[in-house]
Amino acid sequence: MDNFLQQLINGLTLGSIYGLIAIGYTMVYGIIGMINFAHGDVFMLSAFIALLIFLVLSQVVGIASLPVAFVIVLIGGMILTSVWNWTIERIAYRPLRGSFRLAPLISAIGMSTFLSNFVQVVQGPRNKPVPPMFTNIIHVGGASHQIVLQYRQIVIVVVTAVLLAGFWWLVQKTALGRAQRACEQDSKMAALMGVDVDRTISITFVIGASLAAVAGTLYMMYYGVVNFADGFLPGVKAFTAAVLGGIGSIPGAVLGGLTIGLIEVFWAAYFSSDYKDVAAFSILAITLIFMPSGLLGRPEIEKV
Amino acid sequence: MTAVAMTTETAGFPARLKDALAAAALTVLLCVPIVLLHAEADIDGVLHPIARPWPVAILAFLAFFGRLAVANFAEAGKKERVVKPTETSGWRAVVAKRLPGVGLAALFVYPMALLLILGSGRSLKWVDSYGIQILIYVMLGWGLNIVVGLAGLLDLGYVAFYAVGAYAYALLATTFGLSFWICLPLAGILAALWGVMLGFPVLRLRGDYLAIVTLAFGEIIRTILVNWVDFTGGGAGIASIPKITFFGLRFADTPHGFDKFFGMEYSPLHGKMFLYYVILCLALITNLVSIRLRRLPIGRAWEALREDEIACRSLGVNTTNTKLTAFALGAFFGGLAGSFFAVRQGFISPESFTFNESATILAIVVLGGMGSQIGVALAAVFLIGGFELLRELDFLRAVMSDGTGVVVICLGTFIFGVVRERRVAAQITLALIVAILALRFFSLLPVAIVSPFGMPGFDPAQYRGLLFGLAMVVMMVVRPRGFVSTRVPSIFLKERKAVSGDLVKEGHG
Repeated sequence: MDNFLQQLINGLTLGSIYGLIAIGYTMVYGIIGMINFAHGDVFMLSAFIALLIFLVLSQVVGIASLPVAFVIVLIGGMILTSVWNWTIERIAYRPLRGSFRLAPLISAIGMSTFLSNFVQVVQGPRNKPVPPMFTNIIHVGGASHQIVLQYRQIVIVVVTAVLLAGFWWLVQKTALGRAQRACEQDSKMAALMGVDVDRTISITFVIGASLAAVAGTLYMMYYGVVNFADGFLPGVKAFTAAVLGGIGSIPGAVLGGLTIGLIEVFWAAYFSSDYKDVAAFSILAITLIFMPSGLLGRPEIEKV
Repeated sequence: MTAVAMTTETAGFPARLKDALAAAALTVLLCVPIVLLHAEADIDGVLHPIARPWPVAILAFLAFFGRLAVANFAEAGKKERVVKPTETSGWRAVVAKRLPGVGLAALFVYPMALLLILGSGRSLKWVDSYGIQILIYVMLGWGLNIVVGLAGLLDLGYVAFYAVGAYAYALLATTFGLSFWICLPLAGILAALWGVMLGFPVLRLRGDYLAIVTLAFGEIIRTILVNWVDFTGGGAGIASIPKITFFGLRFADTPHGFDKFFGMEYSPLHGKMFLYYVILCLALITNLVSIRLRRLPIGRAWEALREDEIACRSLGVNTTNTKLTAFALGAFFGGLAGSFFAVRQGFISPESFTFNESATILAIVVLGGMGSQIGVALAAVFLIGGFELLRELDFLRAVMSDGTGVVVICLGTFIFGVVRERRVAAQITLALIVAILALRFFSLLPVAIVSPFGMPGFDPAQYRGLLFGLAMVVMMVVRPRGFVSTRVPSIFLKERKAVSGDLVKEGHG
């Protein structure tokens, strides 16, 4: 039972990170119907940006208070990663509207290869170890149980929850969110109603990137190491989460992220940690084949 | 949020300047901190941020003048933009017509010619790491071209079939002692079987979903190869795979070896040359089969399916079966190439079958022009051979290491940005490059000027993935039909005319 609860905590932490990345996939898919293959690498890039900002803050500026530094890293990472994703959308995806069916996906694959190699070239191929942060732990349930709750897990879950609440408000209550939802339903009609579709798409990419940046910062803090190749697996798993939750559905992405996190952790704990990636990939394939609209998604209707 | 990155309207000079400035500013913003700072580990492994202002300055400079150059090019392109009918005369047409034949002859003569010119010792490398290496990718490109180019199914896990083929041969040969020639078709059939097994449930999916599922499948296969240690040898791979034989004769320095049997002196080159011809034949078979199949009903169904799936379905084409044949056939050739890879290397491990490999093969197909046989072959030669060649050039390494190379690139971009006439710009740039490189060659260039731009330890191989990725993006934006964008229709009335790729809906066909 102790082990179960412990894994539950770990799974929710991991699932929060996947959920944050998955929102980026699901929003972009919802609005332009494209799998943003480079999103995982944007996430990896954001982890590097966070690492560098953190190093500067702790060593050059000399901020002693960790929470303050952490907040600055989060905000700085969100801004810079957003600029990156905005530029990527402008250069690699926008000129392809109206091109043939697979063009945006191929462009995104190229972008993904470019980003991971770019980070490898500028930052080197080695793992970058990060000084441990928020290392305190709490023993849950007294001395007789062995459930450990780390401070950083609390930080991850709390930051994710706060951000999701803010994001929810943005999408549901603001004019921006309304425009975003309108474009998602019917971009041509939205354009006729005076919504600037291109601008809305750009904003979608910016929002997706800033959530990925938060995920990147949390990932760096949680695992204590970043590497240029780290974008691929979390990226595919987050995409799996988006598909499982129903691609296009934002609550679905969060739900899917938590589910994938839990499945991965429990699979590793009770079956085999070697095959935990296979579990995630198999879920992706099975969902797409048998339940393409996912848990919360709308079934896709093909119009001729 | 208005005109910054990719506007192509003809704009006045101040507008352009503003645009270029914005591009430079954006570049600086992007480079902070990922390029400006380098997280360097000290002896204890603790990271410290080291500032590198020069690369950022260079990138901003390149962005500024590069943006101006793009504007110039766009303007020139607009002036010239008349819909050109496909040329039937002129040197382009002659090249296009003669290239396949001449290329084919050159491929057959290549190792012999090398042997004559360079002698047996020095030509080994050229046959092995250029000839065989490139031909493997040509074959993989052609195999994937059946799936992506003809049937329009984006397969991101093609390397899985390559792996199935390689492991099939390696395991059959090391466990049962079967010869390569028996294993080769078996490996192909096994890979095709896997293709059918995977394809059957998956091929009902839409294009982009299919891409992701095939990617997942590729990774599953690789994870299994890494973790099922008893069967596959795990991450350590399988070593000492039997070498290729010529009707039972081994290419070894033994009394019963190939060389002694024919009364020749032993040379490792003979084995390599044999391998070269084997892969050449395999690649040509792939090519022949796809060219022929294109004209059969099944091939026409593939291309029709690629253009419009719904129309196909309403005309009674069984879409699942049609896709399945393309998928299985692509897998079959992937499997053949894989088993050849295993026999050539003598050692395989899951490291050779990562997603990067799939992406490389896809890049070859995309850059060559999806659906174009000759385009794919050319792309493989340029992408794979080009980088191998760049690694050989010590001069390039030296020039990039001491900074001359970066200076030349910056100057070239500068000239193309400033001079509006493309031809003039090209001439000036060429003259400058020659002048600077000559100065550098005779060590007349003051090192102090260029040394800040130096990239010590420059290795072109590092930039391979970066350039591949960038090339795929640029290709999709600028020329989504690939290098070779004319297509020969498989059915025609009275006379066969090449069709520009621009006229085809799905962009390749």
